[in-house]
Amino acid sequence: MLNYVLRRIAIAIPTILLLVVISFVLMYAAPGGPFNSERPLPAQVMANIEARYGLDQPYWKQMANYVWNVVVHFDFGPSFQYRDRTVNDVIAQGFPVTLTYGFWSFIFALVVGVALGAAAAIKHNSWLDYLAVGISIGAQVLPNFVMAPILVLVFTLWLGWLPGGGWQGGQIEYLILPVIALSTSYMASIARITRSSMLEVLNAGFIRTARAKGLPTSRIIWKHALKPTMLPVLSYLGPAFVGMITGSVIIDVFFSTGGIGQFFVNSAFNRDYSVIMGITILVGVLTVTFNLVVDLLYAWIDPKIRY
Amino acid sequence: MTLKTHLLAGTAALFALSGAAHAESHAMMEHPETGEKLAADQTFTYRVLDEFPSIDPNLIEDVEGSHIGRNLFEGLMNQDETGEVVPGVATGFEVSEDGLTYTFTLRDTAKWSNGEPVTANDFVYSWQRAADPATASEYQWYMGLMKIANIDEVIAGDKAPTELGVKAVDDHTLEVTLSQPLPYFPQMVTHTTTFPVPQATIEEHGDAWTQPGNMVSNGAYVLSDRVPQEYLTMTKNPEYWDAENVIIEEVTALVINDENQALTRYLAGEFDQTDVPAGQFPRLSEEYPEQAISVPNLCSYYYNLNVSDSGPEALADPKVREALYLAIDRDVITENVLGGGQEPAYTLTHWATAGFEVPSIEVAQMSQQERNARAMELMSEAGYGKDGEALELDILYNTSESHKQVATAVSQMWKQTLGVDTTMANMEWQTFLTERHEKNYEVARAGWCADYNEASSFLDIMQTQSSYNDSGFTSEKYDGLMADATTAEDPLPLYTEAETILTQEFPILPIYHYATVFMMDENIKGYPLENAQDNWYAKDLYRVAAE
Repeated sequence: MLNYVLRRIAIAIPTILLLVVISFVLMYAAPGGPFNSERPLPAQVMANIEARYGLDQPYWKQMANYVWNVVVHFDFGPSFQYRDRTVNDVIAQGFPVTLTYGFWSFIFALVVGVALGAAAAIKHNSWLDYLAVGISIGAQVLPNFVMAPILVLVFTLWLGWLPGGGWQGGQIEYLILPVIALSTSYMASIARITRSSMLEVLNAGFIRTARAKGLPTSRIIWKHALKPTMLPVLSYLGPAFVGMITGSVIIDVFFSTGGIGQFFVNSAFNRDYSVIMGITILVGVLTVTFNLVVDLLYAWIDPKIRY
Repeated sequence: MTLKTHLLAGTAALFALSGAAHAESHAMMEHPETGEKLAADQTFTYRVLDEFPSIDPNLIEDVEGSHIGRNLFEGLMNQDETGEVVPGVATGFEVSEDGLTYTFTLRDTAKWSNGEPVTANDFVYSWQRAADPATASEYQWYMGLMKIANIDEVIAGDKAPTELGVKAVDDHTLEVTLSQPLPYFPQMVTHTTTFPVPQATIEEHGDAWTQPGNMVSNGAYVLSDRVPQEYLTMTKNPEYWDAENVIIEEVTALVINDENQALTRYLAGEFDQTDVPAGQFPRLSEEYPEQAISVPNLCSYYYNLNVSDSGPEALADPKVREALYLAIDRDVITENVLGGGQEPAYTLTHWATAGFEVPSIEVAQMSQQERNARAMELMSEAGYGKDGEALELDILYNTSESHKQVATAVSQMWKQTLGVDTTMANMEWQTFLTERHEKNYEVARAGWCADYNEASSFLDIMQTQSSYNDSGFTSEKYDGLMADATTAEDPLPLYTEAETILTQEFPILPIYHYATVFMMDENIKGYPLENAQDNWYAKDLYRVAAE
């Protein structure tokens, strides 16, 4: 087990480095630069700015300096777009926000999704099943960029119950709409996977045996069916969790939450090289980490899996 | 002879008097001048599109950032509600006879928010800092436009910033030396790049000096709170020299990226001002006539025709260019496509530019049928069009719904009138800028906003050496006119002639002059609707009690 973890970490390091190199090359291959604007700057002014950010050096040197600073000093450099902030500042400010609404979205999606899916499977072909399937299809086909404005229209403009945006340190009333908007499509997927997985499990031999032994249904579901049902759900949850906690540009744009999702997308449009790199690395590291966590959880759920 | 700015000094005295008479005025809940009943809540909250790249006056590079800069800091001169220059930290100025030396007199009551006096040295420090290559400010180009003596050498690093043509004669006298006369120089010092910055604070905190808690400023407001990508709040500065006449106590900028979302939240009463999304102005002005506002904005929208060697052969023919120019029905674009108070443009410079008159050209007076008929004639003379050689053109624009709508309309008009087939190509912003600048296009969308309220700010872009002249147009005559205009007593005839050259050569096809459309709470008063640069100062605003 320990060996396995160490081996995975050893693979992760070159993976991340490869990610850095590829991102770097793609970034520089894109036309334009962080200081191009509608009004082209005089050559001398541009030269002063490039000198300040080290953009006048050869690409390989910029990349080497960058990796060195990240690895040795844990310094992701200054933002090219926001003059008074470093990439570390951007992440330190945005990531906790994203993590907060992402975490609650995850919990919401997981609890409601599994409950819906399980209920649908247990009461297969009943009105409950149709309702659950209906809800999850509805949630799936409503993308969050449609969901977000609808929520604001209903809860802010019409009902006046909740603020239409802002964060205010993550107070509950500012959290509700972003969490709903972000989690619904994940919730729908989880419900769908749970339902089909549980239908399969409920038809398996060991469940029939449990029923034949006369165990109460609730015990069969909780004790025997739920754990194997979660196996395919779990493989979906790893990337979904990373997706949620690394932010959604839609949520940030519509609810002005100030999370990193939006910095990520804007940095690509603005060619804010250091911010693109910083967030890419963050997302990369989180993805690798949670894939590992999921793989380890597999072993716990399914004793047949051995490392 | 020296020109003493009596008028400005006089206005300042008047302000001071009215201030004294109405001290503590809004405690009485009445506006000191208009007598309107004031609301108990004196806050102003408005929406901004995006986070500010910087709020350091020397570094501010965007319009929204400059609104923040104008409220936190105060420069030598301010603008009034019509955009005219009025005293700021300076009570007035004198110009030497040769127009090369400006001497500003600073008021002795001006203070920083920490109580220290604002002196001429603060301006010297700021201007030297802005020009210093080590500061790497994008707005060094603006300092270059100001023609301060030695500016180009300082930016290039050939001379030390201390050699810049600005010096403190004493604490309250600032002397600026220019390398050439610049009649609109006083307008230029209303721009944030030229505002004073606090040396001691910057030296203590470095780049972090603009954070709340660190920042010391000299404007009507101080920075009290800021969460990037969420909001920025400023509160009234009690040390401001004219604080007793400042009514709004707190100003908040809310960052909301999506304009439709912002509009919904505005309608829910969450804040006081927001932009109107493209195409929604007619509906909103009908539903909320008191709140939907359209004002001219000093920007022009036009299409570049690539007349350089890399451009298509057909565009080398001035007849084809003129035909394309004529066949655009601008009224359809301004009324049906945009519908937000924009004006059709046949010439480059925005109609609302100070001291400028739109040249009365024949085309503008014609009906569209006449224009179309003339366009068809020209096209067949050139051997293209419906009974000539087929012409295909690419229209390049940056990805945006409204640019797409305009391009669609134009391509329909060209197709119907001239039989020209067009392909529309949209590109993401940075790619678009690069392609256009490298002249890898045939027809490309462009928009230009004035840096200062004067016609040369528009017309300079068509000079041969201009970095924004992406059409590849060159005309010695044009360049000569623009050079002469900088020193001319009355540059207007020269500007008219320059515009005329553009309407003979057609390197660009002006389409419309911008308007800004926004929604604003009808209880907010004092907004400078006649300031064509939309330079508003929160110190001039107030909220009246709801009726």
